Amino acid sequence: MAEIKFEEALKKLERIVEDLEQGDLSLDEALKKYQEGIELSRLCSQRLEGARKKIDLLSKNKKGEFELKSLDEGKLED
Amino acid sequence: MPQGSPDLFAGKPGSGNGRQVLTVSEITRDIKAILESAFSDVWVEGEVSNVNNHPSGHLYFSLKDKDAVLPAVIFSLGDRDIKFKIENGLKAVCFGRINVYPPHGNYKLLVEKIEPRGAGALQLALEQLKKKLEKEGFFAPERKRPLPYLPSRIGIVTALSGAAIKDILKVLDRRFGDIRVVINPARVQGEGAGKEIAQAIEDLNIFNEKATATERVEVLIVGRGGGSIEDLWAFNEEVVARAIYNSKIPVISAVGHERDVTVADLVADVRAPTPSVAAELVVPEKEALRQELADFNQGLAIAVRHIVDLLRRELESGIKKLSLVNPVALLDQNQLKIADLARQIVVRIGHCYKLKEAELRSAAEKLSSLSPLNILGRGYSITFSADGGAVIKEAEMVERGDKIMTRLHKGTVISRVEEVRKNG
Repeated sequence: MAEIKFEEALKKLERIVEDLEQGDLSLDEALKKYQEGIELSRLCSQRLEGARKKIDLLSKNKKGEFELKSLDEGKLED
Repeated sequence: MPQGSPDLFAGKPGSGNGRQVLTVSEITRDIKAILESAFSDVWVEGEVSNVNNHPSGHLYFSLKDKDAVLPAVIFSLGDRDIKFKIENGLKAVCFGRINVYPPHGNYKLLVEKIEPRGAGALQLALEQLKKKLEKEGFFAPERKRPLPYLPSRIGIVTALSGAAIKDILKVLDRRFGDIRVVINPARVQGEGAGKEIAQAIEDLNIFNEKATATERVEVLIVGRGGGSIEDLWAFNEEVVARAIYNSKIPVISAVGHERDVTVADLVADVRAPTPSVAAELVVPEKEALRQELADFNQGLAIAVRHIVDLLRRELESGIKKLSLVNPVALLDQNQLKIADLARQIVVRIGHCYKLKEAELRSAAEKLSSLSPLNILGRGYSITFSADGGAVIKEAEMVERGDKIMTRLHKGTVISRVEEVRKNG
């Protein structure tokens, strides 16, 4: 669950709300979905408030393969 | 016969006799020497005609005006950095030298430079390129792709030293933070900048082919800060237009100059007037996401409440039907069953709450009327097995001697089973 992308989590949450709104689930299913929804909602809000962006630089190594190198934003030239 | 007067009948040609007779090669050699030294660097103005793209890569054409024609050639046209198309009717100024070609006995202008006359060379080139790309369908609205709602990775093609990259990163800071940026730097002005930009776009596409789903770049911002039309020229180059056209990743053009629409702007899936706006387009604001999340949370609470309401209504109608058709004894028995079912529902909801109390807080506010704790307050209790926490719903689930845990309105009782009666 920790690896899920924010956008996916949000979409999943949206689907769960839709499923629940349909109202044709058994009580067990509905509660399971509800719990999952709450979990996703918590995850989304954690990510939303906590995450920081990460910057990489694309470069080619000697073998001609692409590599991502982390870039410190402070090092950008003025 | 007086000396010096021509004797038409004397001697054989070339035999001297005061006459200097040249062979064709000789005179041609002289003409070549004279013409080529006299016209070794000339500017010639005229109208282009008879354009002939030779398969060898050389472009043959004529420069003409009202009274004369001058054959001309541009060798290895493809290697030259000529930004407009040389076509019939173009008024041009050419720089070069005259060359005499002995085998054909003619001369032509070997063109080193060519500039269109009248409208600025850049503007003309731009108009020609736009026309050409439009014909090829580069600007068709139906091929514009939508941007991803919230890309987890954004590719940026711009110069590392420019204002554009800083502007973009600054905007991203103000917005949603859970984002990765991949910069593929390219020079954005000067000779060769167009090729670098195109290459950077292609490389990001190639990188994507091998990237895992989480690594994949989902949208590209290609641009630079503002500048003069000449500064922005790279974004008018065909090579850039083609790279954007061929990109499998949707492209936002972000050339900081609102007045001039570059070719890159026309081909891109979305045009942003500045790099900052591009960043805004690509990442929604935190506040909008918070709102969306809050809506979903409310949706969850309402949905659960709805489900519980439905079940309760079903129970009530069941009770009504039973009371109409059944004798009292049966009714009592069924009522017990119904009460048990009702309790099960309450127990399950209660179980869910117990496990997820923290997460349920927001929903609980809306559900307070249904809170299992309130129901417990009315004297119901929930019994769990002491080991695993499973809710005891049937006598069959326990045996004499089992430890069980009963949740009351206030507090919990641990007890041991004395007797099990399986039939009610």
